[in-house]
Amino acid sequence: MWMRSALAYRASFLMMAFGNFAANALDFVAIMLMFSRIDALGGFSLPEVAFLYGTSGVSLGLADLLLGSIEGLGRRVRDGTLDVLLLRPAPVFAQVAADRFALRRLGRLTQALLVLGWSLPHLPVEWTVGRVLMVPLMAVCGTAIFAAVFTAGAAFQFWAQDAAEVQNSFTYGGHAMLQYPPTVFAKELVRGVTFLVPLAFVNWLPALRLLGRPDPLGLPGWVDFMGPVVAALMCTGAGLAWRLGLRAYRSTGS
Amino acid sequence: MWYAAVAAGSFRRYATYRIATVAGVFTNTVFGFIVAFTYIALWDERPHLGGYDQAQALAFVWTGQALLACTGLMGSGGLEELQERIRTGDIAVDLYRPADLQLWWLAADLGRAALQLVARGVVPMAVGALAFPLALPGDALTWGCFLLSVLLGVLVSFTLRYLVALASFWLLDGTGLALISGLACMFFSGMVLPLRVFPGALGEVAQLLPWAAVLQVPADALVGARSGGALLRGLVFQAGWAVALLALGRLVQSAATRKVVVHGG
Repeated sequence: MWMRSALAYRASFLMMAFGNFAANALDFVAIMLMFSRIDALGGFSLPEVAFLYGTSGVSLGLADLLLGSIEGLGRRVRDGTLDVLLLRPAPVFAQVAADRFALRRLGRLTQALLVLGWSLPHLPVEWTVGRVLMVPLMAVCGTAIFAAVFTAGAAFQFWAQDAAEVQNSFTYGGHAMLQYPPTVFAKELVRGVTFLVPLAFVNWLPALRLLGRPDPLGLPGWVDFMGPVVAALMCTGAGLAWRLGLRAYRSTGS
Repeated sequence: MWYAAVAAGSFRRYATYRIATVAGVFTNTVFGFIVAFTYIALWDERPHLGGYDQAQALAFVWTGQALLACTGLMGSGGLEELQERIRTGDIAVDLYRPADLQLWWLAADLGRAALQLVARGVVPMAVGALAFPLALPGDALTWGCFLLSVLLGVLVSFTLRYLVALASFWLLDGTGLALISGLACMFFSGMVLPLRVFPGALGEVAQLLPWAAVLQVPADALVGARSGGALLRGLVFQAGWAVALLALGRLVQSAATRKVVVHGG
């Protein structure tokens, strides 16, 4: 239904799809402009940065495609329209996630896949079966981690109804960070996204392993493979937060 | 006098969104940190890139974050409401009012921008100045010129967003156009990368486009990349675009109101 409503204004839909594609391409254009003046950023070459960009973008793109609409929860809590969803015989979570499903979000995913595809043959990596399999595994775990962040952010909005932007700083801000090599950032910041909000498991740690580089925190090697465990833990935590939030929900007073 | 009341009302209106403002400040600060670190890596690799030293480049980053909401850099900035009123036909009521449509929305936008400058500008800038060595001016005159330049930047940004909103008279749903125009503004204002860092002709052309008036010129005025005659030229450049685009907005507005067929009879 949301797809048909989007297509009603055709010119706008086309511009929207293009805009979404371009919005993400813009980040990469900035990176390419930087590399027009330099050969390496934080010791990483353009294909290596493109690999980080692609893996982070694919993960966020998939999570956004699945759950991105959940951002709108704060508005629904504010204006009381969440009550309608509570009355329907389907899980509220699924309804909020499917709300205003936007096909245009494919723009981000497509663009990230293109960059990732370009980077792979240019990487200085000897591809073995295990290493090839690591790439889709990264995407799956990364998607789960971003999906957990989306869900936890939405759960937070049951209390702080007007704070959708805080969620953006973790999802889009995290994505912006993961596009660049960890060597660029201060150690405290890297520690923050490793231990506090473990976004480093989306691509940094497995990518460093794949590229044969030491990680700036000097963690033991097995940590690089903890992505699936971290993703599972985060999803469980986010699920619990969502249930708590939903239970704490009181409808608007108006 | 009305328009002053509209501006004051708009200022107060945006002041009521307290949690949203705090959330916005948080986001601007987080992004400020991320971009600042990438710029440090970039300027480590190429010192004096684009004619900035590292402290100037870092001051540029935080100026961008501080002005993001104020100048409506990502598009929208309240004018999506005008766009929506055109789509739904409520615009007919506005056209009946004994006030000029363009001046009304300009006043509202100036009120919004003033609040956003204070509410979402000061804190990220202060955090940035505490965490990084920024090249910020010590004299009041430079800060004054910067604020004047910001005002002109807001004017140019308003005229661009107003034209996008008016396009809804023809497109009906203008969200796609608003998105693209917001992207153009992000890219060509220097928000993504300072325009002086752009390679060759692209950089030269970008510095002549109206978007350069929104961030590049005010930021250059603040970080000391423009002073004396260059600063004056920058202000004239901004004022020129503001006047030209205001006039164009007026022209499009009269064309739009002549052809308007309000939905729903």
